[in-house]
Amino acid sequence: MQYFIQLIVTGLVLGSVYAMVALGFVLIYKSSSVINFAQGELVLIGAYMALWLTVSLHIPFLLSFIITLIFAVFLGFAIEKLFLRPMIGEPILSVIMLTIGLSVFLRGLVIILWGTETRVFPQIFSETPIKIGFVRISQVYLWSLILSVIFLVIFTLFFKYTDIGIAMRATADDQTAALSMGISVKKVFAMAWAVAAVVAAVGGVLLGNINGINISVANFGLRVFPVVILGGLDSIPGAIVGGFTIGIIENLASGYLDPYFGGGVREVAAFVVLVIILMIKPYGLFGLERIERV
Amino acid sequence: MLVLNNIEVIYNQVILVLKGVSLEVPDGDIRALLGANGAGKTTTLKAISGLLKEEDGEVTDGSIEFNGERIDKKSAEEIVRMGIFQVMEGRRVFEHLTVEENLRAGAYTRRDKKNVRRDMEMVYSYFPRLKELRHRVAGYLSGGEQQMLAIGRALMARPKLMLLDEPSLGLAPLLVKEIFDIIQRINKEEGVGILIVEQNAMAALNIASYGYIMENGRIVMDGPADKLKENPDVKEFYLGLTEVGKKKSFREVKHYKRRKRWLT
Ligand SMILES: Nc1ncnc2c1ncn2[C@@H]1O[C@H](COP(=O)(O)OP(=O)(O)OP(=O)(O)O)[C@@H](O)[C@H]1O
Ligand SMILES: [Mg+2]
Repeated sequence: MQYFIQLIVTGLVLGSVYAMVALGFVLIYKSSSVINFAQGELVLIGAYMALWLTVSLHIPFLLSFIITLIFAVFLGFAIEKLFLRPMIGEPILSVIMLTIGLSVFLRGLVIILWGTETRVFPQIFSETPIKIGFVRISQVYLWSLILSVIFLVIFTLFFKYTDIGIAMRATADDQTAALSMGISVKKVFAMAWAVAAVVAAVGGVLLGNINGINISVANFGLRVFPVVILGGLDSIPGAIVGGFTIGIIENLASGYLDPYFGGGVREVAAFVVLVIILMIKPYGLFGLERIERV
Repeated sequence: MLVLNNIEVIYNQVILVLKGVSLEVPDGDIRALLGANGAGKTTTLKAISGLLKEEDGEVTDGSIEFNGERIDKKSAEEIVRMGIFQVMEGRRVFEHLTVEENLRAGAYTRRDKKNVRRDMEMVYSYFPRLKELRHRVAGYLSGGEQQMLAIGRALMARPKLMLLDEPSLGLAPLLVKEIFDIIQRINKEEGVGILIVEQNAMAALNIASYGYIMENGRIVMDGPADKLKENPDVKEFYLGLTEVGKKKSFREVKHYKRRKRWLT
């Protein structure tokens, strides 16, 4: 029982990071129908940026974190402006190829700047695990979970209640109608990239604190695919629920089945669940169905 | 006052759709733009609101002025901010947003955010039904309710001029009357000018002071609404009061005579 709960808790932590990265992915897809293959590289850059600020520039962690988020906002704006904006109106396949190119470019940039060996954050959270009931949970896990939940709540409120959040959802629904309200679609796209870069950076920093970072963090971009497809590509709550679900499933599967299969179950489990769910619900768990009234 | 001066519109650099359209909407007036399918009515509205640019359409000749300022080169966003709001054909509510969120989207360009709440109540006073439905997702509203929402959403921008594209489309006759009554009230009480495009010519001419009839990218006739309603040709072609099904072109039949009669 204790092992089970331990797996669930670590699954929640992993899941919260998935949820965050998936949120950015969904946002870009929702507002501009672009599948962003560079989402994982945004995670990577966020992680390295914070690491560089803390380790090389000796800036306190919290401040580094905040600077990283601000940097991410501008990175998102810059990517949108330099690479995506000129592609508006081009075939969607070209735009997808562009994000693949972008991912290779950003990954290369990270290798040039920071090399390939694994680096770790300085110890920020104390090593002593906290006991909650009979479950022992390490502090870095606990804080990761708390932080990502805070961010997820902030973004949910942002989409629900702010003008720009509503404008972003309106644009996702009907771009021309949004234009007729005087909503600037360009601004909406730019915001989507900025938010995507911010959530990716948060995810990257949390991952970095848990496991250390190297270039393989970028693969996280591919690992959120089952999450977003499970949640429904265009659903923000779907990304969040999907993230937690996949995180827990992966952990349970690898915790219980790895001994029998000699490892590697984690990578497969998510896809197995994905296929089963898509057979039952083709739009994903929360995918927006086309509303059709006659 | 909105003035279209002899505008020409071309889609995709080749398809000439408007061939010299002139019309005016004085402040606070209701004017109707009528015509058969494909005449170019929607294109005219999009030329005014700037949405044309999204469809690779362009005003290539003539000018559009609003209160003396040229607007034909301005973006849709700037034009909304100047006070012109188009209610697009087919209602186009944001389906996955609630009624209230749709109304807030309409108020997007407003600077005076503190008055948005009050204006929402104003919209609800015109459309009490929307108040009951305010937390409902707009995609599940009935066609009539969606049309009310589309008009209410336009009101939220506090426009000086509203461009309505076929508000009666797909609505039952009773509802058409209700919506048109409200349009008329909005015009009177809020002082909003209205340019209305309609297939339902009678309904439109009943609330308009002046009408334009468009065919094949040109205005072929215009005049005070009462006069148009009595014109035998208008009756025949647009009000469906005489033999139906005769597919003559309005322009072909004694075109010049009519122009003379109505344009002088
Ligand atoms: N985006 C476009 N590209 C090319 N041609 C277009 C485009 N939009 C409209 N047209 C053409 O312009 C002409 C006028 O279209 P428009 O939509 O303005 O007509 P309408 O008077 O609004 O008709 P309806 O009553 O059917 O709505 C039509 O022949 C149409 O095919
Ligand atoms: Mg039309």
